[in-house]
Amino acid sequence: MAARQVVKIENVSKIYSLGDVQVEALKNVSFSVEEGEFLSVMGASGSGKSTLMNIIGCLDTPTSGDYFIEGRNVSGLSGDELADIRKHKIGFVFQGFNLLPRMSALENVKLPMLYNGVKPHDREGKAMEALEMVGLADRAHHQPQQLSGGQQQRVAIARALVNDASMILADEPTGNLDSRTSLDIMELFAELNRKLGRTVIQVTHEPEMASFSRRILTFRDGAILKDERESQA
Amino acid sequence: MISIRETASISFRALMANKMRSALTMLGIIIGVTAVIMMFAIGSGANRQISERFSSMGSNMLIVRPGADQGPGGVRSGAVNTLTVEDAAAISSECPAVAYAAPTYGGGAQVVYGNQNWSTSITGTTPDYLFVQEWTVASGTIFTGQDVRSATKVCVIGQTIADNLFGNEDPLGKTIRVRNVPMIVVGVLGEIGANAMGRDQDDVILVPVTTAQRRLFSTSRTGSVSTIMVKARSAELLDAAQKQVESLLRMRHRIRPGNEDDFSVRNMAQMVENAKAATRTMTLLLTAVAGVSLLVGGIGIMNIMLVSVTERIREIGIRMALGAKKVDIRLQFLVEALILSLVGGTTGILLGTGGAMAVSGAFGWAVEISPFSIVLAFGFSGLVGIFFGYYPAWKASLLNPIDALRYE
Repeated sequence: MAARQVVKIENVSKIYSLGDVQVEALKNVSFSVEEGEFLSVMGASGSGKSTLMNIIGCLDTPTSGDYFIEGRNVSGLSGDELADIRKHKIGFVFQGFNLLPRMSALENVKLPMLYNGVKPHDREGKAMEALEMVGLADRAHHQPQQLSGGQQQRVAIARALVNDASMILADEPTGNLDSRTSLDIMELFAELNRKLGRTVIQVTHEPEMASFSRRILTFRDGAILKDERESQA
Repeated sequence: MISIRETASISFRALMANKMRSALTMLGIIIGVTAVIMMFAIGSGANRQISERFSSMGSNMLIVRPGADQGPGGVRSGAVNTLTVEDAAAISSECPAVAYAAPTYGGGAQVVYGNQNWSTSITGTTPDYLFVQEWTVASGTIFTGQDVRSATKVCVIGQTIADNLFGNEDPLGKTIRVRNVPMIVVGVLGEIGANAMGRDQDDVILVPVTTAQRRLFSTSRTGSVSTIMVKARSAELLDAAQKQVESLLRMRHRIRPGNEDDFSVRNMAQMVENAKAATRTMTLLLTAVAGVSLLVGGIGIMNIMLVSVTERIREIGIRMALGAKKVDIRLQFLVEALILSLVGGTTGILLGTGGAMAVSGAFGWAVEISPFSIVLAFGFSGLVGIFFGYYPAWKASLLNPIDALRYE
């Protein structure tokens, strides 16, 4: 095996109890993602893709089955242990950007380093580097509300890059953006994946956005319907 | 876990984002701490003033009064003419623990000199009265034992009388009319000041007790006096002196065992204690009221912190997604509450100290700002912050990051 397995999902099920009704959001799902992949997870709402993203993002744990990140089984960890995994291994990009208001772009990008033990005087440089990667170095001292949606999402991507995570996990990253900006953002992801070898996993329901990735995992009713890989040219 | 310093800077920024709200929240604590500090300062100042005034009166003093003591607030019963000048003399000579004893008998009277007149109180006594009260004679002399025996018409006047009747004139050898009885001034008392109740003690005229009895205030039972002031040899001997006085008077008055005393002895030390206990109770009560306002301030902090947590659920979700642990979130909100309460507490301490000084300046009240009360107020406001900040902080830390991120 040439590349490392970043994500390995084995027989994962997730069952929610809503009162008396039991909803099986994920049914015995297995797949893996290797380092350097750009994967899109598609599916209609209710297909289980959000549940899957929460589990991959270590925000939730599977009801049964195992989840390995870089070979480490994280399926049975406590809330605080998951927080530890998140701050080192996962960079989140959300649909709604989720930047903290009243903080400059630079401070928002520095935020993950507050929690993952980077020394205070190293943070500024790393955050600026990340902002340069997304092309927003000149907006470092702007606050989120002074930036356009596309710029805010770039700041969020810089924040996901800054802790050198194993994967960038993007949950409908273009859902709040117009089509032109959406394409820019997807190009940025593709570039980060191609040039820097970053592993990117995104959830989307737009085939146009999914087409930027090299592998598409389609879900229906909590199970994998299709696993398509771009033919290696 | 992230460092306290960084947590504090996050919390501080969050508070600065809502300056008005933070200030109003602090106001509750500020008012509470200010009140506590001022009550403490005024209370302990009053306490010290009382003990100083009483000790200037001589804390090793006993006051013997005729009639049985019915306890505080009770009415003095039976015959009130049971004490005599001879009782005082006997106490002085026969009780080993007693240094001096002086009878007093007198009343209010109009005194006239030339065209000046003045209403004052006349105290008939013996020369030992000066030693009992630890007063001095500024000029002239006190009347003698011989004057007492022969009820001479002489008197010693206090500074207030000298000032009001004589002005710049030298009172010695002059004759004043007390209740129309001409009396020669033989001495002027040194300045004494106000007593524990705030009465001007310089507004007094001392005359031989016999003169008061026979010439100024005639009584149905000649020889009786209204009090006997007794000074023990030392504060330690006060209790012994009290016992000796009681048994001597019971013997002299032929009171059978089991029968009630026809006199009562008041212990000055006890009176000091009573007065102090009264101010202590008062201080405690006022401080408790102030403490309640501090508590209300704490509830205000809790209220605002709960609002703040609800408002910032999304922020909490983001921080958790980025790797904040429960303890990081909890600490962030706890430190916010702590900053509110401690900054409020410090402001309150400054305001309370300033307020106490202002009160002391404006009303001439004695205030005493003890380091203890400052440490207590600071510590207590810190505790209030932790106590009322913990629940909101704990609630924040229990949020599920998935729900928190989706919260609108």
